[in-house]
Amino acid sequence: MSATLKRRDVVAALLRDRGELLVVAGLGSTAWDISAAGDSALSFPMWGAMGNAAMVGLGLALAQPSRRVLVITGDGEMLMGLGSLATIGVQQPRNLAIAVIDNERYGETGMQATHTASGVDLAGVARACGFGNAAVVQTEVEFATTRKALLGAAGPVFMQIKVVAEKIPLVLPPRDGGLLKARFRRAVLGPQADAE
Amino acid sequence: MNDWPEQLFGVLKDAKVRQVAYVPDAGHKRLIELCRADPAMRAVPLSTEEEGIGLAAGAWLGGERSVLLMQSSGVGNCINALGMTSECRFPLLMLVTMRGEQGEFNPWQVPMGQATRPALESMGVVVQHAASAQEVAPTADAAARLAWGSYAAVAVLIAQRVIGIKSFQDQASR
Repeated sequence: MSATLKRRDVVAALLRDRGELLVVAGLGSTAWDISAAGDSALSFPMWGAMGNAAMVGLGLALAQPSRRVLVITGDGEMLMGLGSLATIGVQQPRNLAIAVIDNERYGETGMQATHTASGVDLAGVARACGFGNAAVVQTEVEFATTRKALLGAAGPVFMQIKVVAEKIPLVLPPRDGGLLKARFRRAVLGPQADAE
Repeated sequence: MNDWPEQLFGVLKDAKVRQVAYVPDAGHKRLIELCRADPAMRAVPLSTEEEGIGLAAGAWLGGERSVLLMQSSGVGNCINALGMTSECRFPLLMLVTMRGEQGEFNPWQVPMGQATRPALESMGVVVQHAASAQEVAPTADAAARLAWGSYAAVAVLIAQRVIGIKSFQDQASR
């Protein structure tokens, strides 16, 4: 089944009316996607540390248990951190959700195929690791329920959303890591962020 | 001076560490047990050490302190992720039990053991060495204050002599 969902539409729909949602984005296309949806101090777009987006999400979710944390990352990035799904499955954070925007490609390096293009089932891996709510999402109809699960269902939630492999204009977030960290902490913690 | 793990635990309590990430090492056995038993700490066993770099970053973004426990062989797994720590100036405290250092019996441990300090330093991590049991807690206490007081990435290398494992049989019996 070939994908019909468009990545920018999917991410924009996830971040519409985001409120207090805390967002971590994996490097590359998903960082551009969240920026296209509107830059926010409550977003932490990563420009490196490939494979670690889900773990940044876990540390954040454990530190802020009363707030929803959404990790938005790519299939290549998630494949590099498969072990983190086991680590998260053991912790069972109720407030953590992971959305993999799966175009079956390494988008920044020439659109080479990732393992998901050969059928590797990331949602199946997540389920086997203890994610009670994990699915592959193909259609607009499925996405409507997926959105609700990512933003509100008891975690850990994992949704592998199949999207069209397309080259689209880059929308870049700030890239100064110190700035991204400091503005995020201030937005989450208030004046306490600088006192500690 | 066999109670250095208890002293180390006290350092982590005083530093208000909340998330304790680890890949087990025989040298960290007692400390891991103490952390797991403490209701104020969240123990997070990892699949691979680099996950702990991401966890510490996320914890700090959310206002909590995290420590990362590992054996020296795990340091190599962390290298690329440490680029994020450096670029973002995330505070980081790593407690590393050394292998491949003094009296090693497994030759496969020697290359990474010998590369541990330069590998960390190459990524901008401040490295402090505790050569004896008496030095472990004070070194870790100073490292914790450096990490969170100055937003630094700091690794404490706990000498193989302190761990005191002499053979495979000795290691398995612990």
